[in-house]
Amino acid sequence: MKILVAVKRVLDYNVKARVKADKSGVDLSNVKMSMNPFDEIAVEEALRIKEAGKADEVVVVSIGVSQCQETIRTALAMGADRGILVETDQEIEPLAVAKILKAVAEKESPQLAILGKQAIDDDSNVTGQMLAALMDCAQATFASKVEVGDGKVDVTREIDGGLQTLSLSLPAVITTDLRLNEPRYAKLPNIMKAKKKPLDVIPVADLGVDIAPRLKTLKVEEPPERSAGVMVESVAELVDKLKNEAKVI
Amino acid sequence: MDFELSDDQLAFQATAREFAAREFAPQAAAWDAECHFPKAVIRKAGELGFCGLYSPEDVGGLGLTRLDAAIIFEELAAGCTSTSAFISIHNMATWMIATFGNSATRNHWCPSLTAGEKLASYCLTEPNAGSDGASVRTTAEKHGDVYRVNGSKAFISGAGDTDVLVVMLRTGGPGAKGMSAMAIPADLPGITYGRKEEKMGWNSQPTRTITFDNVEVPATALLGAEGEGFKIAMKGIDGGRINIATCSVGTAQAALTAAQQYMNQRRQFGKNLAEFQALQFKLADMVTELVAARQMVRLAASKLDNAHTDKTVYCAMAKRLATDLCFRVCNEALQIHGGYGYIREYPLERHVRDLRVHQILEGTNEIMRVIIARRILEEHAPDAIR
Repeated sequence: MKILVAVKRVLDYNVKARVKADKSGVDLSNVKMSMNPFDEIAVEEALRIKEAGKADEVVVVSIGVSQCQETIRTALAMGADRGILVETDQEIEPLAVAKILKAVAEKESPQLAILGKQAIDDDSNVTGQMLAALMDCAQATFASKVEVGDGKVDVTREIDGGLQTLSLSLPAVITTDLRLNEPRYAKLPNIMKAKKKPLDVIPVADLGVDIAPRLKTLKVEEPPERSAGVMVESVAELVDKLKNEAKVI
Repeated sequence: MDFELSDDQLAFQATAREFAAREFAPQAAAWDAECHFPKAVIRKAGELGFCGLYSPEDVGGLGLTRLDAAIIFEELAAGCTSTSAFISIHNMATWMIATFGNSATRNHWCPSLTAGEKLASYCLTEPNAGSDGASVRTTAEKHGDVYRVNGSKAFISGAGDTDVLVVMLRTGGPGAKGMSAMAIPADLPGITYGRKEEKMGWNSQPTRTITFDNVEVPATALLGAEGEGFKIAMKGIDGGRINIATCSVGTAQAALTAAQQYMNQRRQFGKNLAEFQALQFKLADMVTELVAARQMVRLAASKLDNAHTDKTVYCAMAKRLATDLCFRVCNEALQIHGGYGYIREYPLERHVRDLRVHQILEGTNEIMRVIIARRILEEHAPDAIR
């Protein structure tokens, strides 16, 4: 069985995001970029399935600028077998990402595609769902436990009411939640070996996918600064403010 | 000339940073307070490759350069100075066995040492042989297939909790030429350990004296040939000085980051500390000196990698400069924190306590100046050292 894992290069989770002066987006110049944490969990899960003898190959795919190769190398250093970069300088919206991944999946025919449930930059949380719809296959989002069986996969999902377990027939798309696993560190010898693993770079145009943007970003703003609190004189005043000003009781 | 790190170095650095942030930093204060030697975490570091960084690959090492190692130790030290310094000493002792041991000795110790499953101590200093390393009095007398070892070693990092001791001892006459090195199993009959020293810092690694009383060591434990001990010690210590220096840099980086964040948060007189020019200038000097120290350490590591004629002088200069400047950076970071810097709720006083010993060990900074001065006063030296 082959597993396809999608990884996104995002602003590092430790970095405080700054909005560009013209409010057109987040300033990514001179900031640390790293693999989307949910995608790290996806890579880890794929590796665990392979190590359990239930998969033969883990292929990592990323979409974006040339530097995304670093993100793929990180996954290869963790233990993935090979990488594919679909290279483009354009901003790619989730639907286009899903279409590109579908095109890659058609070439690679994986039995399982594992994605992070969302990327921590735009928090869209739609790509996995769209990919499953385009591939017309089963999906299980927000996975907290994955068990691969014969021709099927059981996935425990974190939902509002608690946990739900789905049994999907393969091929299938899974998106990972935070508690699925704890990703491993890349061992130093594996960092060196990762350089020798195959990494194909495909120009996005070669896939013949319509990636024209469907959305228009009007403006990007910082969240409003928290304003200072006020001291109230009495309990009565507090209750009044909660009732009439904050309208929470 | 390119001052940027390679892709590999950036990847090593990222892994070390992540590991230190997750495995060291959250526990460093507790290890310090409880004088806990975190062997399980060191074992984990070994799994990633941190215990055999520049040991050769045939015994499980990574065969990296000293520059690579300096970049990695720096990141580890930002998480826990004391534990990282121990790991660096372990790396040095492991490298000595791997480089100078015979094949049986190498194969016996090195695979488990590079994996971090077993740990090594380096034993040069004696109660009466500190800066004057060539005056060691621990003796090894040959009787057939064994050496009989007698004497004692002082201030030994890890002693009592490690598996093998790399010991410098006297097999011949007085002076450097009468010294030999041996890899001695730490549990041989006749080896006794003193009580755990109470120290100002470096509390996550035990320090003890070791006494050898008629300890019979197989002659095969010899590293190199008889009489090569001091030479081996000096070869190891160039790298040891880089390691200690880079541990200072990593710690100072952590202190600088803490001070910068504090200046942007702490308000006095109605404004952030960051708005006071006296503190701005202090922070500016701290970062300037820290970057200078880091570059000096990397230069010396590169000289060592390239076997430069004056590598020892560069290592001495780097050790002196980086340990002095970085101690000051930590002390200034403590000052910026005011009273909070002095209490244990914040890490600054630990950084200061941990870095203080870096000015003393691996050759005191006064000895560093002796090495530097002796060379620079030679004819043409000012032109050679630059």
